Amino acid sequence: MGEPSVTATGGFMAEPEMAPPGQFMGEPSADGRFGEFGGMFVPETLVPACQELDRAFRSAWGDPGFRGELDRLLRDYAGRPSPMTECPNLSEELGVRILLKREDLNHTGSHKINNVLGQALLAQRMGKTSLVAETGAGQHGVATATAAALFGMDCVVHMGTVDIARQELNVFRMRLLGAEVRAAETGSRTLKDAVNEALRHWVAAADTTHYCLGSVMGPHPYPWMVREFQRVVGEEARRQCAEVLGGGVPEVVTAAVGGGSNAAGIFAGFANTSAELVGVEPAGGAAIGRAVPGIVHGSRSYLMQDEWGQVLEAESISAGLDYPGVGPEHSHLAATGRATYEQVTDAEVIEAFSLLSRTEGIICALECAHALAWVSRARADLAGRTVLLNLSGRGDKDVDQMMGILG
Amino acid sequence: MTGGTGPGGADGWGRLEAALRGRRRAGGKCLVPYLTGGLGDDWLETICAVAAAGADAIEIGVPFSDPVMDGTTIQEANDRALSEGATPQSILAAVSGAAADIGVPTAVMTYVNIAHHMGYERFASSLAAVGVSGCVLPDLPLEELGEWAGCADAAGVETVLLAAPTAPDERLPRICARSRGFVYGVGLMGITGVREELAAGATRTAARLKAVTDRPVLVGVGVSTPAQAAEVCEVADGAVVGSAIVTRMLEGAGPEGVAALVAEFRAALDAAHS
Repeated sequence: MGEPSVTATGGFMAEPEMAPPGQFMGEPSADGRFGEFGGMFVPETLVPACQELDRAFRSAWGDPGFRGELDRLLRDYAGRPSPMTECPNLSEELGVRILLKREDLNHTGSHKINNVLGQALLAQRMGKTSLVAETGAGQHGVATATAAALFGMDCVVHMGTVDIARQELNVFRMRLLGAEVRAAETGSRTLKDAVNEALRHWVAAADTTHYCLGSVMGPHPYPWMVREFQRVVGEEARRQCAEVLGGGVPEVVTAAVGGGSNAAGIFAGFANTSAELVGVEPAGGAAIGRAVPGIVHGSRSYLMQDEWGQVLEAESISAGLDYPGVGPEHSHLAATGRATYEQVTDAEVIEAFSLLSRTEGIICALECAHALAWVSRARADLAGRTVLLNLSGRGDKDVDQMMGILG
Repeated sequence: MTGGTGPGGADGWGRLEAALRGRRRAGGKCLVPYLTGGLGDDWLETICAVAAAGADAIEIGVPFSDPVMDGTTIQEANDRALSEGATPQSILAAVSGAAADIGVPTAVMTYVNIAHHMGYERFASSLAAVGVSGCVLPDLPLEELGEWAGCADAAGVETVLLAAPTAPDERLPRICARSRGFVYGVGLMGITGVREELAAGATRTAARLKAVTDRPVLVGVGVSTPAQAAEVCEVADGAVVGSAIVTRMLEGAGPEGVAALVAEFRAALDAAHS
């Protein structure tokens, strides 16, 4: 495979090595890989826990009883299916037909609940009594705390002190839900360091505790399992698009990418269609944009690092995307050319956040405003086309921060 | 290379394994202190002093930004060394110049991304070129070992593998067979750091390993005091001591202060097992 390169505009180009449809977003190889990415790079102390989880997930995912119970929870508790919304005003302003998959309307306000209900149900099936999680923006932490309350489990959420300061509301929510929020005070004190702390926590408590990882990252089986728990987003959207588009699929499917779980969920519904898949990273956290492979947090994937392999600190306006790595399957989708990954600046994100609020009356999370920022920038190229955008979360949590910026 | 063809040591073992086997054959217990490379101005003198104080081999930490296997002490040491400009290259260059003064075999302990980023082959040959005998990569388990182990074997670097208390019985012999230098029994389910007491599982893990291998079995993680080291060595062939020593380094004890602590560990092991 050729070395991927970044174009002057930040767009990702790779030597096309397209596998035929049907080969994307299926089961990883036996050693947990998507192409050359993924794996299980964890301390020996965690190997049995990862292997136990792999066995438990395979068994549960093939069990109609488990699937039925999860479907019931997603419907009755989380409020699925989430709607798909046409955006006439926004579409007119940009000259691009935009459909929004409304994950912001789920219980707890984002797509994170899909994964968390799946993992909590699995943890219960495995006999675990506690959940530990990391969180950046707090959405995954809130979702995990919610599921822990529902299932009667103990819950500890690790969160960087920088994020605790900028997401006070979510910290309070987690505590209200009965979770303990522990401050990660090392390194960049953001999501990366919260993951480190959650892994350290899990090493010492794996017999009773399930690590409820929030994105399609980490050691096998997490990238696969989390994508499968998020697949519901793509499958619903596929059906909803078929209704609206007369059986067709949108020409472009786009989503923001930090670790990449909301993108993986919606891409999974369209990976084997003609739709172009476009992930959007923050310019300050562009693991795929830089295209240098590395190994951290359990898997091999593109990773922002210095000349010696020290992991760099991501810098983004959005705490949820403030992560220097990316899920390994996204690296594979990028390397094979099945998906492309674009980068947008904080300034473009702020503009998109305001645009959606003003035109459609939807205040979205800063994370998914990244995807809209790219659509807005690329509108000349996208003119007349149909774009499905995963609106992964609502913006309540960001309003305070935006008030400081926009005044 | 299956144990026995390693370069450098007596009886065909690698230099690290030969030294530890030698101590065991003489009826003693092995002491392997861990020190963070690049921590303070005098870290290299500290390593030399620790060697002179009775270490059988020394683990030199190459700092990594995200040490998930390490507790707060070694995290702080990592962060401080990195902020003082330590790099894999600067540490290896310093070790290279001091190999004769250190006098005992050394092993580098770092995380896999450091080796991966440099390239496994280049990293392994860099270690060999500066006279480092072994390498510990705690986030590279058996399943992911192949590519690195091939490069390390080719360069004559002994890859030390960790064995966890929760490893099933069928797994331990495979770890022992693939490990070089020694087998690193993890003393507890958790991260590195000073503990009040030796975990009950530490000697049990050592016993399970001793039952399936002739390779030296050393226990580390949670071995914090000379008494704890002596206790685990009732079963194990030796102990790896990290956080207790790094704490002294962080406190600014200097080469003499750190070496004094290592001498206490040496004396405790000699007294209990001579």
